[in-house]
Amino acid sequence: MLDYTVMIVAGMLGMALLLNLWRLIIGPHIVDRIVALDTMYINSIALILLYGIYNQTPLYFEAALLIAMLGFVSSVAFGKYLLRGDIIE
Amino acid sequence: MSFLVELSISVLLLLGGLFVLVGSIGLIRLQDFYTRLHAPTKATTLGLGGVLVASIVYMYDLQGYVSINELLITLFLVITAPVTAHILAKVAMHHRVKLIQHTRNQALVETARMQLPADLEETPTQTNSNEPS
Repeated sequence: MLDYTVMIVAGMLGMALLLNLWRLIIGPHIVDRIVALDTMYINSIALILLYGIYNQTPLYFEAALLIAMLGFVSSVAFGKYLLRGDIIE
Repeated sequence: MSFLVELSISVLLLLGGLFVLVGSIGLIRLQDFYTRLHAPTKATTLGLGGVLVASIVYMYDLQGYVSINELLITLFLVITAPVTAHILAKVAMHHRVKLIQHTRNQALVETARMQLPADLEETPTQTNSNEPS
């Protein structure tokens, strides 16, 4: 049962990633694109955790934590750049 | 693995995937940037929380002890998602992103833009005017 569930949830997360990619492409303002990119980071964390469940290994948690930190730092850096014209003043 | 553990993991995974999908549909379907910001920061974070709780239960069943990594990821995401949303909303107000028509308190956007420290010339004059010379 768990294999089918993992496959269904992976399909849902893939659809969510495609919708985020659509918003990333058509986003009217650049802030929309940053939000779409941040959501794609979060969805990829969920996909990595799902892959860890599928392979029955706790090996991928460090990768998920690393991607979470990268997503936060990159979103804040984009925001600071758009707000002030510079990242670290 | 017993049936009850497998059932609980499946339900948690399905709930998490559903919330992540709802967040992305909201990111597509909502009209405004400010309403669009709600979908990823709330629904997607909750969905990821569901997947993380399912992963905690599964790894406890697999290893026999609770590992701290998932809790660390949950804590990090719960802390950082509002910070990102706040900074991006500030950026959107600063760049005058278009609002929908019936947004309440639209005049406060100008007040929030005045409070940005972009105008550095006004700060010394204000401190000089406060000094009793």
